[in-house]
Amino acid sequence: MAAAEGSGAGETLFPGLADMSISQDIPVEGEITVPVGSNSPDEDYSTLDEPVKDTIMRDLKAVGKKFVHVMYPRKSSALLRDWDLWGPLVLCVALALMLQGGSADSKDDGGPQFAEVFVIIWFGAVVITLNSKLLGGTISFFQSLCVLGYCVMPLTVAMLVCRLVLLAGGGTVSFIIRLIVVGAMFAWSTLASTAFLADSQPPNRKALVVYPIFLFYFVISWMILTFTPQ
Amino acid sequence: MATADDLKFQEFDDAANLLAANPDATTISIDEPVEIPKNQHSRLQEPGREEDDELLGTDDSDKTELLAGQKKSAPFWTFDYYQTFFDVDTYQVLDRIKGSVFPVPGKNFVRLYIRSNPDLYGPFWICATLVFTIAVSGNLSNFFIHLGKPTYHYVPQFRKVSIAATTIYAYAWLVPLALWGFLMWRNSKVMNIVSYSFLEIVCVYGYSLFIYIPTAILWIIPQKVVRWVLMVFSLCLSGSVLVMTFWPAVRDDNRRIAVATVATILLLHALLAVGCLVGHHCSFSLVSCFLGQVACCGEGKEGLAGHWKNSSVKVPVILNVAKIDASATLTVLVIN
Repeated sequence: MAAAEGSGAGETLFPGLADMSISQDIPVEGEITVPVGSNSPDEDYSTLDEPVKDTIMRDLKAVGKKFVHVMYPRKSSALLRDWDLWGPLVLCVALALMLQGGSADSKDDGGPQFAEVFVIIWFGAVVITLNSKLLGGTISFFQSLCVLGYCVMPLTVAMLVCRLVLLAGGGTVSFIIRLIVVGAMFAWSTLASTAFLADSQPPNRKALVVYPIFLFYFVISWMILTFTPQ
Repeated sequence: MATADDLKFQEFDDAANLLAANPDATTISIDEPVEIPKNQHSRLQEPGREEDDELLGTDDSDKTELLAGQKKSAPFWTFDYYQTFFDVDTYQVLDRIKGSVFPVPGKNFVRLYIRSNPDLYGPFWICATLVFTIAVSGNLSNFFIHLGKPTYHYVPQFRKVSIAATTIYAYAWLVPLALWGFLMWRNSKVMNIVSYSFLEIVCVYGYSLFIYIPTAILWIIPQKVVRWVLMVFSLCLSGSVLVMTFWPAVRDDNRRIAVATVATILLLHALLAVGCLVGHHCSFSLVSCFLGQVACCGEGKEGLAGHWKNSSVKVPVILNVAKIDASATLTVLVIN
């Protein structure tokens, strides 16, 4: 139409198209849908149809990968991105169970009970997370809980070592060994969690955020070090 | 025409002085935490009016109300409301701790360091640290006292943590609440120039407890005299911070009520200090007390009679978590 108008006006708007004409209606055919590239192979079937082993192994692999990240703390975002609370739960239950059977001459004077350990770890982690968020941290609530829980792993290993050393007998030598092991694991835990969490804090408040983490792992280390079997 | 002086950031004292000269002027100052404590210390050399202004905070209450209204504008059910209470940097917290440990005579802690920016970080984490320090160092001192005795069986005494936590947090929150209520009530009767908000009082109490942390660590030393000297020393330091904060708030009141208020503040603080010392090296269990008696005093009727006398009065201590029952505390003192 524009070409007709243009030619009618004596001046073509589109000079190259002036001599084009459509003599008859040509039916237009084709596909209007935009093809979406399917980016996952299991688009055909949902995860509901896969074997149970695959489902479990996928989660177990994720948990195992996070344990490896804690053992060699580098600044990786995998721990933060795909948070889960399975690892912290397993570690917390294992630690609380191993702290049982402590010396209890009377109910009042023994070591911490299972519920006390559980509450200290989870309540402590929640309080530290709230503290870091209130100070202006950009990390999400569950990500922080995930990191703090996974970084209890060195201390659980220390508890295992302490129990084995105590099987060999008490005494000054065993106390010194336990002190060194617990001290080293405490430093490892604190450094690992600081490496993951420190980046998300405002720069002039880093010490304010790191100190409660230090106190948290110190209390857990103290519980482990003062454990004496019956 | 604005001179260079007018354009410069007016120091806190200058603003107070200018306002004293012209009381009707309204001022708005933006709180910039830039080396303010250092400047204040240099200004300390001028006695007289600046000191009075500092202590009275003549026009501070207006400024405080204004700034308080500007800060906490979010409704209390949002997260941002609570974030305003944690608006401190590392060096601010360290400055406030330093101000509570080294009280400068004549300087008000609230006016000097809080400056209408009360935070909840300090009180909460200082109380938590104090709880765990008392438990850990008490455990350690118990261990060292009985080191080498063959009948001693080491116990971690974890119950101590719960009792210490309840006591210290109750003190750090309920006493400021009561004091704030009392000051509000007196404010309605007598027009006080200085008034503190609830959070500022919580802040002062929280930071004044900091001195007990190194004291609790030093309580590991087994000498009784050393422990009591340390306790009295730290009580004087933290008590002086509290007195210098609250004396200007009540001194315009009836003389007897003012003195009674300050005396009550000091008495409660002393009770807490004594309670910390008692809880530190006294065990809360009957059985280990029994073991200690048998090991130290030897068998015999005297030892066992002593044990039963001690145990019967230890029960009120176990039940008493609020530390308001002064008679039980004093009785435990008598035993020690």
